[in-house]
Amino acid sequence: MRADLDVIASLVPVGSRVLDLGCGDGSLLGELIRRGADGLGVEISDEGVLACLQRGVPVLQDDIDKGLDDLEDDSFDIVIMSLTLQAVHHPALVLREMNRVGRKSIISFPNFAHWRLRAQLAASGRMPVSPLLPYTWYETPNIRLCSIKDFEALAHAEGFTVEERILINEGGAREGAVTQRAANLLAAGAVYLLSR
Amino acid sequence: MGASGTPARSLGLVETQRVVLFTEDNPLVLDSGETLAPVEVAYETYGERSASDNNVVVICHALTGDANAAGHHGDPAHPGWWDTLIGPGKPVDTDRLFVVSSNLLGGCQGTTGPSSINPATGTPYGLQFPLFTVSDLVKVQRALLAHLGITHILAAVGGSLGGMQVLQWALDYPDEVDHGIVVCATSRLSAQNIAFSAVARAAIMNDLDFADGDYYATGKGPDHGLSVARMMAHITYLSEESMRQKFGRRIQDREEPRFDLGVDFQVESYLQHQGKVFLDRFDANSYLYLTRVMDYFDLFADAELVRSQLAKVKTKFLVLSFDSDWRFDTSHSRGIVRTLTAHRVPVTFREISSPHGHDSFLLDVPEYHKTVSAYLDHALAETV
Repeated sequence: MRADLDVIASLVPVGSRVLDLGCGDGSLLGELIRRGADGLGVEISDEGVLACLQRGVPVLQDDIDKGLDDLEDDSFDIVIMSLTLQAVHHPALVLREMNRVGRKSIISFPNFAHWRLRAQLAASGRMPVSPLLPYTWYETPNIRLCSIKDFEALAHAEGFTVEERILINEGGAREGAVTQRAANLLAAGAVYLLSR
Repeated sequence: MGASGTPARSLGLVETQRVVLFTEDNPLVLDSGETLAPVEVAYETYGERSASDNNVVVICHALTGDANAAGHHGDPAHPGWWDTLIGPGKPVDTDRLFVVSSNLLGGCQGTTGPSSINPATGTPYGLQFPLFTVSDLVKVQRALLAHLGITHILAAVGGSLGGMQVLQWALDYPDEVDHGIVVCATSRLSAQNIAFSAVARAAIMNDLDFADGDYYATGKGPDHGLSVARMMAHITYLSEESMRQKFGRRIQDREEPRFDLGVDFQVESYLQHQGKVFLDRFDANSYLYLTRVMDYFDLFADAELVRSQLAKVKTKFLVLSFDSDWRFDTSHSRGIVRTLTAHRVPVTFREISSPHGHDSFLLDVPEYHKTVSAYLDHALAETV
């Protein structure tokens, strides 16, 4: 499992009803279900959905940018969206929908204000490429890049409270060495546990 | 290539069997409280039962299906109605699964229906046949399984009216079905759906040879009405795109139009043929009863009842729709998904892209078949 998914899994209490937006091949959900969660994924790609089927992970093939009309208010304990926020067209709508259907949300994303990306842009004058953002500008699915500061402003505007923030390094693992105060400069990404 | 990795083959020659499941002493008690006996059921089975009976798949047919879902009855060119899906190496893989397929109650292909003899009169029931529900259809299928000594099923699979039965199976017998595969179905018909049913029934019942349903002894029948009903229904099974591709505005058997009121366009000829061949295999009264069953079906009508029913359901579902299906379009499937998900019933949902309209569920649509294969593969792996 991807390192950031381990961090996310550690935030999910056993027995939770979990929704995973952009669940990909269902590896996180499969693991959470194995640990006793009741899980549902939403995934847009054919390959991802077929992989979920092969794991026996329940999944709705859908476009989260169109909202979550098939899901009721408060129907999940936790809604997860890992490294997907930067690839949606309507991040504010998606956050609002997460807040509506789930009591808590877990969101991870790459921090575009990380010093290494700033340095790349400053030094080379070209769009940065990193382990968390590995695509060139012309083929990247990552169209809504934001910094930690940007995200917190939007989360606040959408009525979320930050319960916990875990900084991650370029490998997606927990970043131990960075102080929370300098997060926007020094962390490659972050995992947030949000409540209303 | 099927789920097992072996090349897909046909089942070859298969046979329909019959059994009387309900008798005067032990009649079928319908939802309405009325009783019916005898009830005979025509069915077929494919594949081998595992030692622990954990590989049983029940096939539920749509409006005009029959027990012969796969394999053939002597002519390999005319296999069963779901031969694309069921067989050795196919998505419903009879090398690994034991498949039971039966003709519905009220049908006319070997199971008791309006054309069967009413023991009280010695003549066919006609419109004396009682009205019944989707629950009653399931009750009869369950009695067939009991007769075969089966008490638990790995999966119930059906498209259209068949999918409606799969849903009903799970609600009525919440711990007897591990998986339900519901293809282009609905939890209730829309006004437009019912309107199509109404026109079909009007065509039959207004036919001068309908004789209030007692046409069996007259040597005639509402053939005109039944064929018109079938022609119209057939339009709803295809998409505009597939009709355009298949027929366009082409003229039948010549280059230039005849400019008359007869059958001139290819699409007219096709529909006329569909209407005509239908007469050989279907009874008009069965058509009336089975369309009515669909009209009245409203599975999630009572929110409180649904809450208590779905709380007990142990079935996991695969719900599939097709993007060109306008008979039961994707919003119908989404409605099912919404209710099941709201009650924490595990559901996987896909809208499959296919140009063939409602009929897609009967055709070899690769992404659809891959999905059913992958789902059943995992379902089967879980049991061992």
